[in-house]
Amino acid sequence: MESWEILLQQVINGLSLGAMYALLALGFTMVYGIIELINFAHFNIFMVGSFIAMWLMQLMGFTGQTHILYGLPLVGLLVLVLCATMLSTGALGALIERYGLRALRGVSGTAPMITTIGLSYILFNVILLTTGADTKNYSNPMPNIRWEFGDAVLRLREVMLWGVSVVLMIALHYFVRRTKMGKAMQATAQDQEAARMVGVDVDRVVIITFFIGSALAGAAGLIFGLYYNYTSFIIGYTAGLRAFTAAVLGGIGNIPGAMLGGVLIGLIESLGGQYLAVRWTDVIIFSILVLVLVFRPTGLLGRAAPTKS
Amino acid sequence: MPISDAPQTQSQRRPPLLEFNDVNTYYGELHVLKSVNYRVGDGEIVCLLGGNASGKSTTMKTILGIVRPKSGKVTYAGQPIDRLPTAERVKRGIAPVPEARRLFPRMTVLENLEMGAFTRSDTTEIESDKERVFGLFPRIKERLTQLAGTLSGGEQQMVAMGRALMARPKLLCMDEPSMGLSPAFVEQVFDIIQAINKQGTSIFMVEQNANMALSIADYGYVLQTGEVVLHGSAQSLRDNEMVQQAYLGEMKAQ
Repeated sequence: MESWEILLQQVINGLSLGAMYALLALGFTMVYGIIELINFAHFNIFMVGSFIAMWLMQLMGFTGQTHILYGLPLVGLLVLVLCATMLSTGALGALIERYGLRALRGVSGTAPMITTIGLSYILFNVILLTTGADTKNYSNPMPNIRWEFGDAVLRLREVMLWGVSVVLMIALHYFVRRTKMGKAMQATAQDQEAARMVGVDVDRVVIITFFIGSALAGAAGLIFGLYYNYTSFIIGYTAGLRAFTAAVLGGIGNIPGAMLGGVLIGLIESLGGQYLAVRWTDVIIFSILVLVLVFRPTGLLGRAAPTKS
Repeated sequence: MPISDAPQTQSQRRPPLLEFNDVNTYYGELHVLKSVNYRVGDGEIVCLLGGNASGKSTTMKTILGIVRPKSGKVTYAGQPIDRLPTAERVKRGIAPVPEARRLFPRMTVLENLEMGAFTRSDTTEIESDKERVFGLFPRIKERLTQLAGTLSGGEQQMVAMGRALMARPKLLCMDEPSMGLSPAFVEQVFDIIQAINKQGTSIFMVEQNANMALSIADYGYVLQTGEVVLHGSAQSLRDNEMVQQAYLGEMKAQ
């Protein structure tokens, strides 16, 4: 491979990883923006999402990579599975908020955050104990269509991944900017008490935020499976930590920041792996996390300090 | 030494819109409001005077349901509202202009106004209320696309009042409307408060600027460390020696 082909290939890979991290980072950042809580259960909502999507496809008769679909049936199936998965993980996130975290709202200190770690372990162990520790061969009905640019390859699955991510992010942007509930979310993030005083039902805003963030994590879970052709009870950890880093890099609480941070972390992972060494990937990523926290804790797009007027 | 005004002024007052009956509010162990009674008549301007930590802001938070009283009754429009969440109280017509404005700093002025109408869905009425707000505050109209956090203090106060009016409230609860404003602006704000009141909105106002507040109010209460130590018509409070010394800055002639 020529050097430009290597670079192109790694950019394609990086953007793909980045789109997935961005979807995952959005859940962290939205919840943090609203109630200043890092939700570590998010890691494993993503993992559960990849299992739910796989089970759905298995129920419909798609196991492994042997049943291939083309054209409309493929799009139809993917949209169906995507929507069902997002609804399921969204509901899971809402349940976690309602019964796991709401009672702890307003409790100072680290109790709510520690609780999310506990909830994360529950999800992790439920999947481990019910499905076993082995890596699962993912159901994937996508044909192996590819476009070649020299030796660099762009596959259909990458195009699908970018398409799904971009559509979901545009939908989220529209929702937050234009709808009444989106405005209520912005208001709650900017000043919770003032939001209450204009009649916003803050409890409802919080549970819907968890729902949306978790639904996006479910979408990322499906994408992970289709991209790598496998899933496992353990995938939440690495991807979750990197997505969390992406959220911090972009500016925790900032939605465009999470998208930007996700793409940057994806590119750093693929390019760093190529030009330094794959075994240094995590060192690079978490060094960035440390450097951001030390030198620019508000992140790339974060605000200097919350403005209380 | 609780002093009370002559009882006849009570009976001349209008039927109550908001009433506190023996309300006790606590922050943890701290007893903030001690068996407090207030009454805001329909169409009145009522002001609450008091120094720092007297319980003024807690009174506001109790009306809005941000803190709940431990005992006693809060009645609004003839119905007890102690158990209602804040959103429901706003829906029923109680709108706050909170201390320090509390605008949404990263929303535009227009978006802030629209948030004021959050509990409403009558689109055309909301538009006409917007025009009403622009009529009261022509300056707001010039700043609609500006982020609220970048406005001056006086402009923020206007937007905060405008936002509250967008809820089409029956009762406007204002916490220190003159705080941090230049004297010229204070006068303007109080003129507008009177105009709003003339349009039919009752006003309950917490204020340090007793002179200004009593000049437009119908009735007043004086709060000291959580107890109502004095209440009466605005005129009788202005004439009261203790009020003059403590809040109007006038020394008693020797």
